[in-house]
Amino acid sequence: MTYLAKSPWIIHYDASSCNGCDIEVLACLTPMYDVERFGIINTGNPKHADIFVVTGSINEQNREVVKNIYDQMPRPNVVVAVGICATSGGVFRECYNVAGGIDKVIPVDVYVMGCACRPESIIDGIVTALGILEEKRTKMVLDADAEKEHRHAGLRPEHISQTGGAH
Amino acid sequence: MINLVWGLVFVLLAPAIGGLIAGIDRKISARMQGRLGPSIFQPFWDVGKLFEKENAVVNETQIFYAICYVIFMAFTGALFFAGGDLLLVVFALTLAQIFLVLGAYSANSPYSYIGAERELLQIMAYEPMVILTAVGMYAATKSFNVSDIAATTTPVILLIPGIFLGFLYVLTIKLRKSPFDISMSHHAHQEIVKGVTTEFSGPSLGWIEITHWYETVFLLGFVWLFFGFSPVIAAIAVIVVYLFELFIDNTNARVKWQLAVKSSWAIAAVMGILNLAALYFLNGGIS
Repeated sequence: MTYLAKSPWIIHYDASSCNGCDIEVLACLTPMYDVERFGIINTGNPKHADIFVVTGSINEQNREVVKNIYDQMPRPNVVVAVGICATSGGVFRECYNVAGGIDKVIPVDVYVMGCACRPESIIDGIVTALGILEEKRTKMVLDADAEKEHRHAGLRPEHISQTGGAH
Repeated sequence: MINLVWGLVFVLLAPAIGGLIAGIDRKISARMQGRLGPSIFQPFWDVGKLFEKENAVVNETQIFYAICYVIFMAFTGALFFAGGDLLLVVFALTLAQIFLVLGAYSANSPYSYIGAERELLQIMAYEPMVILTAVGMYAATKSFNVSDIAATTTPVILLIPGIFLGFLYVLTIKLRKSPFDISMSHHAHQEIVKGVTTEFSGPSLGWIEITHWYETVFLLGFVWLFFGFSPVIAAIAVIVVYLFELFIDNTNARVKWQLAVKSSWAIAAVMGILNLAALYFLNGGIS
C-alpha cells in the first residue's frame, strides 16, 4: 500500500444538488463518523485534492465548473458521484435543463446510490475509490517508466546507427 | 560558539520531530472536538502522499521559491540550534517567510494573492515582537548568541516575563493557529480556499509542510531559551506552551487581519517596551 490510500484529501462540489446529499457528506466529518481518523480531509482546493466528490446532476450552469475542477486536480485522482442525481440525474433526469449524471462530462470511478445517500455508503464509496486511486498510481508510474525507457532507447547513438540500415 | 554538529542534527532530525508534533497536535485537537482523530503518523503519510502526486505547477519559479523557503527555514533553525546570533536568526526567519510570499505571488490567482497579502500582514504583525524578544534576551543575558543565552544561569523568564507573554501572543500567528490563521490554516479549516498555499500542489506542497515542521521545532526552541537555566523546567514549559496554543486554536474563531495586526503591535508596545523599560531602570541603565 502506498501513502496515497492513507491520506485521501477530498474536494466536494455541489452540482445542482438539493442539499440532501451535501448534508450527508458533511455528516461524515462530524464526531459521529469522523472520517479524519482515516486521514480523509475535506479541502476546499482542487489542487490539493485526490478525490472529487460530486453531488447533484449536470446542467448547463455547472458543466464547465465540474470540468474545470476535474482538470485542476493533480493526477492520480478519482471521481465519486454521490447520490442518485449525480449517478444518472435521478428524478430530475427528464427535466429540460438537466443533462444527466456527472459521467456526461467527466469520467466517474465510483457511483454511490441513495436519495439522500447515507454517510455509511458515502464512506464505503470513498474506500472503494481508494483502491482505484492505487491502481491509477501504479499505472502512472509504469507509464512514466515506459516512456523514460523509450526515450533513452531512441537517444542512444549506436542504436541509431545499427537500425539506420546504412551499413 | 557556533557548534555545527547541533545545526546538522537540527536539519536531519527536525522534520521527524516536527512531523510527530503535528501528528500529536491533530490527535489532541480531535479529542478536544470529541472526535477520535487520525494516527499521530498521519502528517508523514500526508507528505508521503504529496510526493507521490503529479508535480503540477503553475510556473517554474514557484518551485524555486518553495525550495528556497525550505532551505532558509532549515538555515534559520540550524543557525539557532548551532548557537548563532539571535538577530541573524530572526532576519533569516523573515527571509524564509518572504520566499513563501513570493511563491504565492508568482501564480496568477486571486486566492493566492490574498493569501500572500495576508501573509505579509502577519509578518508585519509578529516581526516587532520577535525583534523585541531578541533585544529582551540581550538585556537579560548581555549576549545575542544563542549558545550564551542557552548556557546562562540567569532565570531569563523572571527578568522578561512581559516579553515572554508577548512572544506567546505572536507564537499563535507563527504556528498558524486560530484566531490568527488568516493567511493559511491547517487541517480542515478553510479560509480563502487555502491562502498562500492555494496554488501549490503535489511535491511543492509537501516541501511547504516539511518547512512548517522545521519552523515548529525552531519556535519551540525559542520558547526553551526563556527557561534555559533549567532543562527540566524548559521541557515542561515547551509542552505546556504547545498545549496552550492548541487550546487557543480550538476555542477561538478566526479574527480579521486588522485586529491581528493592531493587537500584536499593542502587545509588543505594552508588554515588550514596558518590560524593557523596567529592566533598564532596575539595572540602572543597559551596561
